[in-house]
Amino acid sequence: MSADPAAMPPPHTANDDAPTGGGRSSALLTAHRAGLLGCRSCGRVWPEDAMECARCQAPLTPPDRRGLQAVWAWLIAGMIFYIPANLMPMMTTQSLGGLGGGGDATIIGGVLQLANHGDWFIAIVVFAASVMVPIGKFVAIIWLALVAGKPATEADAHNRLHIYEIVEFIGRWSMIDVFVVAILSALVQLGFVVSIKPGPAAASFALSVAFTMLSAQSFDPRLIWRGLPLHRRKE
Amino acid sequence: MVRPGEYDLQTGEGLIACPRCDALHVEEELTYGETARCVRCGGILARPQSGAFTQIIALAITTMVLMFGAIFFPFLEISRLGMGHGTSLFGVAMAFSEGVIAPLTVALLGVIVALPALRAALLVYTLWPLARRRPPYRHAVRAFRLTEQLKPWSMAEIFIIGTAIAMVKVGGLATINFGPAFWAFCALIFVNLANRSFMCSTTIWDAIEDGGAATDGREQVEPA
Repeated sequence: MSADPAAMPPPHTANDDAPTGGGRSSALLTAHRAGLLGCRSCGRVWPEDAMECARCQAPLTPPDRRGLQAVWAWLIAGMIFYIPANLMPMMTTQSLGGLGGGGDATIIGGVLQLANHGDWFIAIVVFAASVMVPIGKFVAIIWLALVAGKPATEADAHNRLHIYEIVEFIGRWSMIDVFVVAILSALVQLGFVVSIKPGPAAASFALSVAFTMLSAQSFDPRLIWRGLPLHRRKE
Repeated sequence: MVRPGEYDLQTGEGLIACPRCDALHVEEELTYGETARCVRCGGILARPQSGAFTQIIALAITTMVLMFGAIFFPFLEISRLGMGHGTSLFGVAMAFSEGVIAPLTVALLGVIVALPALRAALLVYTLWPLARRRPPYRHAVRAFRLTEQLKPWSMAEIFIIGTAIAMVKVGGLATINFGPAFWAFCALIFVNLANRSFMCSTTIWDAIEDGGAATDGREQVEPA
């Protein structure tokens, strides 16, 4: 199934003889340049003044830097909620009715606890999922939004698209931390011996992840390619 | 109606635009097993597979059955010093039910249980008539669009990884018993992966259209 298509040239071929292209085989035409509007949901192409795709009913939006406002808005919301997520306790542990120690643990606190216990692997996983990934996502989205639509080379564009795809894919996985807190709090209820309660940081962390996901979703990857020249040399 | 290879640069008929980079391509009907990639960014535009609809329906029904089991069977149980505590999936969501974070309970139930189940149901609704070569149901377009929109928000497979991490954290503290609901969720991951390899939304949009719904007069027809 996979060997065949690889050997085959792409069945959708470039629009070679497009009127504005002029030359042979090296010219590419984008929907935007042709005065058309592509549907981001199903790919169908419509005249520029269409508001909604008649096939899949998705709203049509031009690849325009104005669309970045939504990206920035969601991103800032996500960053704001990430602050209390780190300052407030993620969960509260009580052992032996409070006599055996325990206490509040923030995200970083939890990671340090795990590291002290020698659970390095889990400490690294939790640190990656709840600190490195969210911050990496903020930085990546800020950078993508800043460079979107600016002139770039083809290699740059491929890189940026790749980073966008990673951000889009990885966004949901940050929710892991919230799930861990939920499972621990539901499960570790051994009365006097030990019990775990969720803290307010769980909610603000969940909101932060959700807002960042919305930010990544509102980013239009077509903007990455807008600054590129349409003609390219033949490979 | 558009004949293969014909296109109109004024109205966009017979063309498709890459959703990732906006490059225009002339639309062609693919045969099963072919993959169409964008000439500019290399992203996959379409990848129809024979029997995919039937497979997706089967996997979606499997998802619903497993989800049903996962809700009603015990999920996890720990014991230590003769004290035990078990929890179901609802118990996990209810962990957040106190105080200001209560809305998180609803959100959690949504992303773990409700959305995956809803997506499975919508997929069956969309594809059931198409797999049997009948015209699609009335709301197929809206149903499939909703399925696509909910895709990033159904997080059943992330939940199970979260469970694994929680288990390692508790591991030293107490003995853990896995309930049937836990195994149902593990199975869901594989169902999900299989589903992903069969899903091709372009093909489904084409099929909905060829089936006669939401026709915008642009579906491709066989050359006469």
